[in-house]
Amino acid sequence: MAVATMTVTVPAMAQNVAPPGATACSGCHGPGISDAVVPPLHGRPPGEIVGAMQDFRTGQRPATVMDRIAKGFTDEETRAIASWLSQQP
Amino acid sequence: MPQALTRRTLLKTAVVGAAAAAFSRRTAAQASSKVVVVGGGFGGATCARELQRAGFAISLVEANAVYTACPFSNAVIAGLRPIEAQQLKLDAVEKGGIAVVRQRATRVDPQARRVILADGSSLDYDRLVLSPGIDIRFDALPGYDEAAAAIMPHAWKAGEQTILLRRQLEAMDDGGIFVMAAPANPFRCPPGPYERASLVAHYLKTHKPRSKLLILDAKDSFSKQRLFQAAWQDLYPGMIEWVSLSSGGKVIEVDAKANTLVTDFGRHKGDVVNVIPPQRAGEIAQVAGVADRTGWCPIDPVTFESRLQPGIHVIGDASIAGGMPKSAFSANAQGKACAAAVAGLLRGKAPAEPKLINTCYSLVAPDYGISVAGVYTPRNGLLADVEGAGGTSPVNAPPSFRAQEAVYAEAWFQTISREVYG
Ligand SMILES: Cc1cc2nc3c(=O)[nH]c(=O)nc-3n(C[C@H](O)[C@H](O)[C@H](O)COP(=O)(O)OP(=O)(O)OC[C@H]3O[C@@H](n4cnc5c(N)ncnc54)[C@H](O)[C@@H]3O)c2cc1C
Ligand code: HEC
Repeated sequence: MAVATMTVTVPAMAQNVAPPGATACSGCHGPGISDAVVPPLHGRPPGEIVGAMQDFRTGQRPATVMDRIAKGFTDEETRAIASWLSQQP
Repeated sequence: MPQALTRRTLLKTAVVGAAAAAFSRRTAAQASSKVVVVGGGFGGATCARELQRAGFAISLVEANAVYTACPFSNAVIAGLRPIEAQQLKLDAVEKGGIAVVRQRATRVDPQARRVILADGSSLDYDRLVLSPGIDIRFDALPGYDEAAAAIMPHAWKAGEQTILLRRQLEAMDDGGIFVMAAPANPFRCPPGPYERASLVAHYLKTHKPRSKLLILDAKDSFSKQRLFQAAWQDLYPGMIEWVSLSSGGKVIEVDAKANTLVTDFGRHKGDVVNVIPPQRAGEIAQVAGVADRTGWCPIDPVTFESRLQPGIHVIGDASIAGGMPKSAFSANAQGKACAAAVAGLLRGKAPAEPKLINTCYSLVAPDYGISVAGVYTPRNGLLADVEGAGGTSPVNAPPSFRAQEAVYAEAWFQTISREVYG
């Protein structure tokens, strides 16, 4: 069947698989809304996201809710999330 | 099985007709895997869309033509928002390529891996996801049956009930009393009764300032309690009385004809009475054999697969999700995590441990928002709070902070509605 032959050319899906936690961000940070109240994260440089998350965690950056959320993620997890988010359209 | 046949035929036609590129991601296993999702609410519709994006052919079974969202429905009751702002449709989901089946699922045959629909047709599945939300337990509180709910609305499933409670509140005289019965845990939307009390108080203060609000509670503490109570004192002094379980607040019987709630200590007659009754997972979960004696569904916290029936996953309010509250935010986050797990299982990959977020915003007044947040991960077989994270908004915060959170609350609702239904 046609579908079976295509399997051979299937590209690796690895980079498309969201790391733990990454998909939960879009509940508030909806992608592709230019006038969004909460800024979109898709396509943002990963360094920006990692830096902001660190500052939220330490309290250096004021927040209403991100301080409470950022504390739930390690640096390693945050880096993986940021890298994935940066690759999303 | 007309449904299954139609779908298969469609799929074949698509494979022949569509450009190869569109299918380059789809493996043979995926193309022949059938995933059925029951429930087009925040949990089910999210999960269906995520699975479809991952390349699977999805059938989404939803009984109602229009989904009336509960978040912000308390604002409808308080006259701050039209019910239309709550109404969402699956049209865009369907246009995106999901086979939306507008019927009630009546039965599941776990052995045959088949869902039976109200018209007698059926859908075969390799994996089934149930997100049926809640059913009101009309057998749990003596006197509170469906007929009583037409007199004392629960308004805990948004729609007609929401409008009914709104009308009753509008018709109430100044100086009247609004009585609410709040249930024991667990139930849908833990801060919901107190948000409702707040917004009803806002309406009364604005339009009927001599009125009062009485909450009879089957609990001794509730979500965001300190924040709610501090705000009540600030905004609605002397207006809201909360009676805890240990002070005799538990409603043990309902006398609908007399518009009266009965506790061990007395009878409370209201001009408007809102009963938020005990609940359980939606009927189809009971029928499918995935609910336990509590009425809710035990799941594996990594895959959301039922502990009672292999091949069936349960998400949203119906599931026993450990520390995660029964919220639309949770249902959405679980929908995504479950989709990733189901996709992995169908591709023969071990699913990774998920990490989930929940945030419940509540409005105490239109420009006064508060929130509780949590981050969750599997521990000891349940979804548990990540320690050190989450918690409520600060108890001492300036009005500008509360106003900002009210803005974020509305932004969240718009974002999630667009993500799931847009
Ligand atoms: C007053 C109130 C305020 C709330 N406020 C918030 C809030 O601010 N934030 C928040 O996050 N959450 C809030 N919630 C909670 C939120 O509404 C629920 O947690 C959420 O809807 C759960 O999603 P779900 O997918 O599990 O179920 P639901 O949204 O109930 O969806 C279930 C769907 O399945 C369909 N269905 C059920 N059985 C069948 C069947 N057999 N066949 C076909 N279709 C079926 C139903 O028609 C329904 O559309 C609130 C709830 C209430 C009552
Ligand atoms: C409950 C809603 C919510 C969730 C979920 C959420 N955020 Fe946020 N985010 C906000 C809000 C609101 C702000 C503005 C700061 C504040 O008040 O906390 C923000 C700000 C940010 C910023 C700064 C953006 C900028 O340009 O200023 C970053 C980066 C960020 N969040 C990352 C994340 C990541 C990563 C996740 C997922 C792990 C996430 N957020 C999940 C609500 C949320």
